[in-house]
Amino acid sequence: MDVLSVRNVYEDALRAKDKKAAIGADVTIENFSDETVNALDMIDDLDDLNKQTKKDLLKVGVDTEEKNRSGSFLQVDQSNIFTNNSMSDSIEVMNMAVALEKYSWLDDYLWNVVKPDADKYTAKTALNEKENGVLSGYFVRSLPGTKEVMPVQACMFISDEDIMQTAHNVIIAEENSELHLITGCATGDDVGSAMHVGVSEMYLKPGSKITFTMVHNWAEQVEVRPRTGVKLMDDSTYINNYILTSPVSTIQSFPTAYCDGENSRAIFQSIQGGKKDSIIDVGSRVLLNAKGARGEVISRAVAQDESKIYARGHLAGTVPDVKGHLECHGLVLSNDSFIYAVPELEASSANLEMSHEAAVGKISEDEINYLTSRGIEEEDAESMIVRGFLNMDITGLPDELAQQTQNMIDMSLDGM
Amino acid sequence: MLLEIENLAVEVAGKRVLKDINLSIEEGETHVLLGPNGAGKSTLFLTILGFPNYKVVKGTIKFKGQDITNLTTAERVKLGIGVSFQTPPSIRGVSVGDLLKIISHQDVKEELNPRMKELSQQLKFSDEFLDRDVNLGFSGGEVKRSEILQLLAQMPDFTMFDEPDSGVDIENVELLASEIGTLLDKDKPQGNRKRSGLLITHLGYILNFVSADKAHVLIDGVISCSGNPTEILEDIRKNGFNGCVECAQCL
Repeated sequence: MDVLSVRNVYEDALRAKDKKAAIGADVTIENFSDETVNALDMIDDLDDLNKQTKKDLLKVGVDTEEKNRSGSFLQVDQSNIFTNNSMSDSIEVMNMAVALEKYSWLDDYLWNVVKPDADKYTAKTALNEKENGVLSGYFVRSLPGTKEVMPVQACMFISDEDIMQTAHNVIIAEENSELHLITGCATGDDVGSAMHVGVSEMYLKPGSKITFTMVHNWAEQVEVRPRTGVKLMDDSTYINNYILTSPVSTIQSFPTAYCDGENSRAIFQSIQGGKKDSIIDVGSRVLLNAKGARGEVISRAVAQDESKIYARGHLAGTVPDVKGHLECHGLVLSNDSFIYAVPELEASSANLEMSHEAAVGKISEDEINYLTSRGIEEEDAESMIVRGFLNMDITGLPDELAQQTQNMIDMSLDGM
Repeated sequence: MLLEIENLAVEVAGKRVLKDINLSIEEGETHVLLGPNGAGKSTLFLTILGFPNYKVVKGTIKFKGQDITNLTTAERVKLGIGVSFQTPPSIRGVSVGDLLKIISHQDVKEELNPRMKELSQQLKFSDEFLDRDVNLGFSGGEVKRSEILQLLAQMPDFTMFDEPDSGVDIENVELLASEIGTLLDKDKPQGNRKRSGLLITHLGYILNFVSADKAHVLIDGVISCSGNPTEILEDIRKNGFNGCVECAQCL
């Protein structure tokens, strides 16, 4: 290995420990308390969780009965309390500590597609690992040539006040394999304030496919900073679905897909419902770095109450014969709410095709009138239009999962 | 009297579009509203329907003896008024099927009832069509048929049709006309008809298939002429709407 490329994660992280993120409100990490790793006891069965927690998990798509799942992982605060790796022959699900012990090669996948010195949140996660030996998060891998249509479910749950939760996840789809994940993040009912930093690194080997559907349901004073990097090799497909419709303090994420393989394809679809004084800054970035690569970023945002939504999308084409499309639609429902759409197209080669479509506005009066002329009360008409607007067709999921995902979306939209 | 409009004046965006409208429609009657572009035909429809931007500055609208001038659109529709629009908006994420369920007072989570399915097939719609977002990417003909299908789910006592035949091919005009007939009790003997309607038509082509009892010509916000539909249409075909203007002046 080239000496220059040897990474020193620890030093990089140390240097970045006070580095503010490029965008989004700055969070004082010190206001939150570090938890001891694996302080909580493991459970034998997700069914052993209390009723309320089960309900909270179900809201974010995690089924405690594990019906139609190919694996489960549950992290509460800083403890991995449940892993079920025995549901599919095609999929491996482990907590990171176990996985690192089992696979010496896994180290090469850590801090590779997300940099430890990206900002103080990634630095914090890296320092937690290096200084305190905090190995949290999950490892999920689909074996070569396998196609498991049932999803793995993974959940990050915060159970106590003022907790700082970090997780570092690695997802690998081996050559010609298919892997589906449903990840839910939530807080316990009695938790007001907390912070979550989730670093996720995904690797798609040639001919593979990953769908990653994430539902967030945080408490109103939770600070959320997911950091996600996705590396795509030849002929691979990555589909990311993100759903957030409950209030949160601030969330800032800008997952990046690197389409480094020929004919690779990345699709990001997100549904954002801003409520109360939430500040939601969610974007998606696709770097089209190889011939035939395609990227799509589609978002629907609805801002209510005093919420602020920054809907970002960034497509960068660096080589010829790539194609990208960005679509951002927003509805602003109150005078005190706000949507800032930032669609960015960057072309640094000839012969590529990129487009964007953005529209932000109020609910169309014509649409309300049309529904009222069918006997629907005005308020119900508005809510139908908002729900319909957010209820985008999620593409790319197997039939079994598509229906489940639709149910998850319906459940999230029920409160809108 | 089912619908009774007296001395109605209406403003849209501060401009007086309807000046002094008097119009009565009996139970079981079908009337036709004719008039050049911009005369106020659609304004009259949308005012009867109670759209918020149509301000009644004078006069009253009574329906089934009740003054509905200040009711909301949804309230009027619940009393038995229905409409088919000429160019309805498309609504993303709201499917034709769901809308039909709501209109026919069915639970959205349940399967569409067999009667509605049958009506959809009658109007040449497939099951897949019912999953489509309402009016999104519909052809001209699909829009019209979907409007009529929604009305069949509603079965209003009084239905207004805004250019139900524009942009529709001959074969489908007959199909639409037959369903419009159902909405207007045309399948019953004249004396037994309960449902009434008001049709806006430019060319009167639909009248070859749907019989009307009375026609009104609306010009410049005023009903300048009322009478036998065949005779009035004949006059307009011969002399254009200018003939109606002159005729009104004679009056």
